[in-house]
Amino acid sequence: MHGPAAKLGKDNAASKKTRLGVILFLFYTLVYGGFVLIGLVNPELMGLHVIGAQNLAIVYGFGLIVLAIIMGFIYNAVCTRMENRLNK
Amino acid sequence: MIYNVSIWAIIIFLTFVAAVLGLSFYFARKTKSAAGYYAAGGNIHWGVNGIAFAGDYLSAASFLGICGMIAYSGYDGFLYSIGYLAGWVVALFIVAEPMKRLGKYTFTDALDARFNSKAIKLTAAISTLIVSIFYLIPQMVGAGDLVVPLLGLPHWVGVVIVGSIVIFIVATAGMTSTTYVQFIKGALLIIFSTILTIYILNNGFTLNPGKDYHKFTTIGVVLEDQKITGTTDPGYVFKESFTVDNSYTFVKTDKGGVDQWFKLSKDSTTLEEVLFITTLENGTKLYNGEPKSAAKFYQVGHLSKIVVDGVEVDKTGPLGPFEFLSTMENSQVVRFAKKEIKAAGTTVWYQNITDGKNMIKPGLLYKISKSTGATPWDRVNFVSLMLALFLGTSALPHILIRYYTVSSQRAARKSTIVAIAAIGFFYILTLYMGLGASVNGVLDVESSNMSGPLLAKYFGIGIFSIISAIAFATVLGTVSGLIVASSGAIAHDFMDKYLNMKMDDKRKVKAGKLAAFGVGLFAILLGILFKGMNVSFLVGLAFSVAASANLPAILFLLFWDKTTAKGIAWSIVTGILSSVILILFSPTMYEKYGLAKAAAPFPIDNPGIISIPLAVIVLVVVSLLTQKHNATKVENYHHDE
Repeated sequence: MHGPAAKLGKDNAASKKTRLGVILFLFYTLVYGGFVLIGLVNPELMGLHVIGAQNLAIVYGFGLIVLAIIMGFIYNAVCTRMENRLNK
Repeated sequence: MIYNVSIWAIIIFLTFVAAVLGLSFYFARKTKSAAGYYAAGGNIHWGVNGIAFAGDYLSAASFLGICGMIAYSGYDGFLYSIGYLAGWVVALFIVAEPMKRLGKYTFTDALDARFNSKAIKLTAAISTLIVSIFYLIPQMVGAGDLVVPLLGLPHWVGVVIVGSIVIFIVATAGMTSTTYVQFIKGALLIIFSTILTIYILNNGFTLNPGKDYHKFTTIGVVLEDQKITGTTDPGYVFKESFTVDNSYTFVKTDKGGVDQWFKLSKDSTTLEEVLFITTLENGTKLYNGEPKSAAKFYQVGHLSKIVVDGVEVDKTGPLGPFEFLSTMENSQVVRFAKKEIKAAGTTVWYQNITDGKNMIKPGLLYKISKSTGATPWDRVNFVSLMLALFLGTSALPHILIRYYTVSSQRAARKSTIVAIAAIGFFYILTLYMGLGASVNGVLDVESSNMSGPLLAKYFGIGIFSIISAIAFATVLGTVSGLIVASSGAIAHDFMDKYLNMKMDDKRKVKAGKLAAFGVGLFAILLGILFKGMNVSFLVGLAFSVAASANLPAILFLLFWDKTTAKGIAWSIVTGILSSVILILFSPTMYEKYGLAKAAAPFPIDNPGIISIPLAVIVLVVVSLLTQKHNATKVENYHHDE
């Protein structure tokens, strides 16, 4: 059968990491879905000022990008801790 | 558009290309094994791989396509930035580590890890090829667009240059050189896009983009019984008028023996000058009534009103990033919209004054608001696009193969996070670069793709040359990655695994290089055929095909134990066929065939909303019908971790 190009050791944290990944994915999907839903149901809302002089489209759009970055860092920190604990 | 070619631009461009080729030569000497060719030996550092991911991903679509789309359609172009980045969340949380754990060289390896199925090998290899080719088209189109202003060469020459260089890069060194080219290019693209954004903010807004910017003429119209019979300016002699789509009236006049077209204003009192291209019966094209060499076809895009703190001003001076957006919201942008006047063999681009507030919210391109006349299909198209962008990233074969260039699952995860941070930062910049291009008189209405580089030219030939060279390297790097993925599909998945040709390492590398040569030639041909289309739109289609063909298979393989080899294979076939067929019958493709958009049998451009669920349904049904075959499953990997 196929094997990885680099040899990988057994990862005891894999199932826990998968669960965390799915939870974070579902959370982000909800936030992303909210953006699409507003565009679909009430696009005029996108023009409303929500923070200072910035409209919802800008705040939500930038927010989705920044949220992805922050969640990525959190996921990595938690996964690394799990790996260090379970793969001793 | 006629561009002045700068010797510095050529020197900087050639230096970049020479550096890329030098890098390939260097790594070519080190690449002897199949693992080296297809997966860079699996020993690339995660940080380098993360930026290389960004390099792979920030293709012509991101820099050329998104900036262009924002410049022409405001925030709707930024929707692509949001969707492209969100797709990485799926890649990080769901796909990255299992892909690393399961695969060897290609996406097919990972998909087939549980089954050792010939059907999966064949369908996944075909899917890799088709998605890569869909992705290759916009890269090649972008390459052609780039060389026109940079080197003053025709579009097709640019396509041939890129194709030839890339075939050389891939055929010499494979994934190692591709990775380092992507790393360098990805880093430079982000650095210089940041510099360009600083220029934009420092420049602020002005009503006069430059001393050479064309002042558009407005003249009075003479009407008799609601029919246009003349103009109030004796210099312009009325010839004919044409009504398009029952609502736009365009007027042809003669000025000193040269045609000049105008658009009748909404209140029918004035005629506003337009840009136009007329194709004569012998095929010759006239630009604003004269040959192209007369350079009368202007770059456009400007502000007609700037409001700061409730007061109209001529210019703003330097602005902060949020101040830039709020000032744009209170101003008015003159965009240029296209209309075909078929009876006159003429295409016009007329001034379309747009409130700034509409530039920084969705709706100019994707009609989703009732006030803009959105139909239910328009809304479906919007959802379909956002769905394909979200689900497409983690199904792109040339992105997935990068997981095999690092040493561990941890490295795969970390490199994905570096990629998300780098790509996310870049995508925020695209909004500024696109909006900056829309108001500084740099737009070439013939090609939205050049908006970013032409904006750089507005700030100086030095930064233009560097940005263009990076953009060209962007295309080189992405095309290299796509061709490595395609050659892996042909040589590794199809010839070695499916046909069982039992090739040794050396023959496997040779087969990969020959496949790279073939795919490269095909890409050149497609790049020439698809000239003139927005590259980000084209990449959006590639995402739809990838999300339909590959993602259901990946997700169900990872999370549903009842998934069978036949279920995966039929799902891939369904995803490919449904998405490609729907694209071929979509309005934009009908326009490309020279037919009426409204005649397209499939009313939306993005097929994902139909083809993705269809692939899922087929996977589930076929898997349930073929459960007895699951007994031969090789391993149930995610329960024995």
